[in-house]
Amino acid sequence: MFDDMYREVILDHYKNPRGHGTLDDPDAHADGQNPLCGDEVSIYVAFGEDGETIDEVKFSGRGCAISQAATSMLTEMVAGRTAVQVAALDKDELLEEIGIPLTPVRLKCAMLGLTTLKVALHKAKGTALPEGLAGFDDLDLS
Amino acid sequence: MAATAGTRKLNAHAVRADFPIFEQKIHGKPLAFLDSAASSQKPRQMLEAMTTFYETSYANVHRGVYVLAERATAGLEGAREKVRALINAPDAREIIFVRNATEAINLVAYSWGMNNLGPGDLVIVSELEHHSNFVPWQYVAGKTGARVAMLPLTDDGELDLSALDGLAKDGNVKVVATNHVSNSIGTINPIEKLAAWAHEQGAIFVCDGAQSAPHLAIDVQALGVDFFAISGHKLCGPSGIGALWGRGDLLQAMEPFLTGGHMISSVRLEKTTWGELPHKFEAGTAPMAEAVGLGAAIDYLQDVGFDAIAQHEHELAAYALGRLSEVPGITLYGPPADRRAGIVSFNLDGIHPHDVAQILDMQGVAIRAGHHCCQPLMHKLGVAATNRASFYLYTVQEEIDQLADGLYTVQKVFA
Repeated sequence: MFDDMYREVILDHYKNPRGHGTLDDPDAHADGQNPLCGDEVSIYVAFGEDGETIDEVKFSGRGCAISQAATSMLTEMVAGRTAVQVAALDKDELLEEIGIPLTPVRLKCAMLGLTTLKVALHKAKGTALPEGLAGFDDLDLS
Repeated sequence: MAATAGTRKLNAHAVRADFPIFEQKIHGKPLAFLDSAASSQKPRQMLEAMTTFYETSYANVHRGVYVLAERATAGLEGAREKVRALINAPDAREIIFVRNATEAINLVAYSWGMNNLGPGDLVIVSELEHHSNFVPWQYVAGKTGARVAMLPLTDDGELDLSALDGLAKDGNVKVVATNHVSNSIGTINPIEKLAAWAHEQGAIFVCDGAQSAPHLAIDVQALGVDFFAISGHKLCGPSGIGALWGRGDLLQAMEPFLTGGHMISSVRLEKTTWGELPHKFEAGTAPMAEAVGLGAAIDYLQDVGFDAIAQHEHELAAYALGRLSEVPGITLYGPPADRRAGIVSFNLDGIHPHDVAQILDMQGVAIRAGHHCCQPLMHKLGVAATNRASFYLYTVQEEIDQLADGLYTVQKVFA
């Protein structure tokens, strides 16, 4: 009965997160939090030689299985894409990858990593901001 | 809080039959509703009182001269008297209807704080506060130049009163504001002592009673507080109504909070004068059907008996602490059973509260997972969030068993 939301792939990403860690000198960085539950995700991005293509994404933070697993999946999904492509990444693409039914509250958990990544890219590259920016303490739009 | 000898014992299974919400199943399981600290469920008697009021007595209050307006006014003012009696306030004119405890505290913070706080003044709140009794003070302090200090907790999750005198050295203590019962970890605070200390400093004492009024017999005069805030929806009443009690002399001297219709004595282009209490603080059309519902809820609770309710919840808390402490990898927060209300906060090692609550929901168990609007407390406990199970007069032991069994299933999913 719990297979729907807590299927094996989610638990695997939660217990063995890909891209977990930090980068010392990231090309892009942002800290995100979900004010509903206090979950936190920090995203670190390194670009390739062209300065546009994402070479590596790392994340750190604490949160529920859904937020941490979704961010883990995200780090695999966006490697090799450009900042502009990721800024335009539709949330449905990530949701399809996550592949589980989510209630509205848990949708916010699932989107925390993607939203934070888009903010990091916006700060570094001026790409489009994600929908809904509440909770981003260090977001400086000036 | 223990019931005195001769107190009727509460029969929670019989009480439960008055609450239609329990007639359904959730995910095919019986509903174990363990989130009453967030909001309580509603008895049929309260729902019927509101329906009857709408069907037979509804019109706007106070101004009409016809029969329906008189009935509606009687309904509203009758409810005010029931709130007065609930907390043993001296005078029903000191009962102000508001939307909820948050609005009640904002009323005091704005109407009293904005006009009485300034640089060098200190507002003392506690680390246990719900944001509702911290953020308004922080905001008004920021506007007036006053400072806010926090009374710390002991390791048992109780207020450290020995720190009060030290805090007072940092400014003129003008306001002390704490909750009566912690919504997060269930601590019952020593309000008489805190209020007496506040008065020694020349400060007012503001008590957030949102978590105590539903569960304990309240006597604001014996507690010695200056203001007391309650939320109707937490004590079996409808959402959208709460009440503030304030000492008459303080309310008389205060500026209004909201202005507009009903709260005036006379209105001219040059000047408006304010109405008498409580009207000065009740601008606009009152939540009259909600007040009638709140009154019916108070009748219902008093019929069951607050001593019996407190005793029942105390037994449930002790039972829950016992059952949950058997779960491997669990951390329980808050004071021992004999010094807490029917609230149990906990974490399971390595499993986020959101995941715990989600898997419990699949088993029909509703608990709260999150920071409980208490981020400073969560910070103190060193966690981002906790799970919270909370009990009320309709809670039965079987629901706590359902919770405990559910936690083992959570651990299996994450094993």
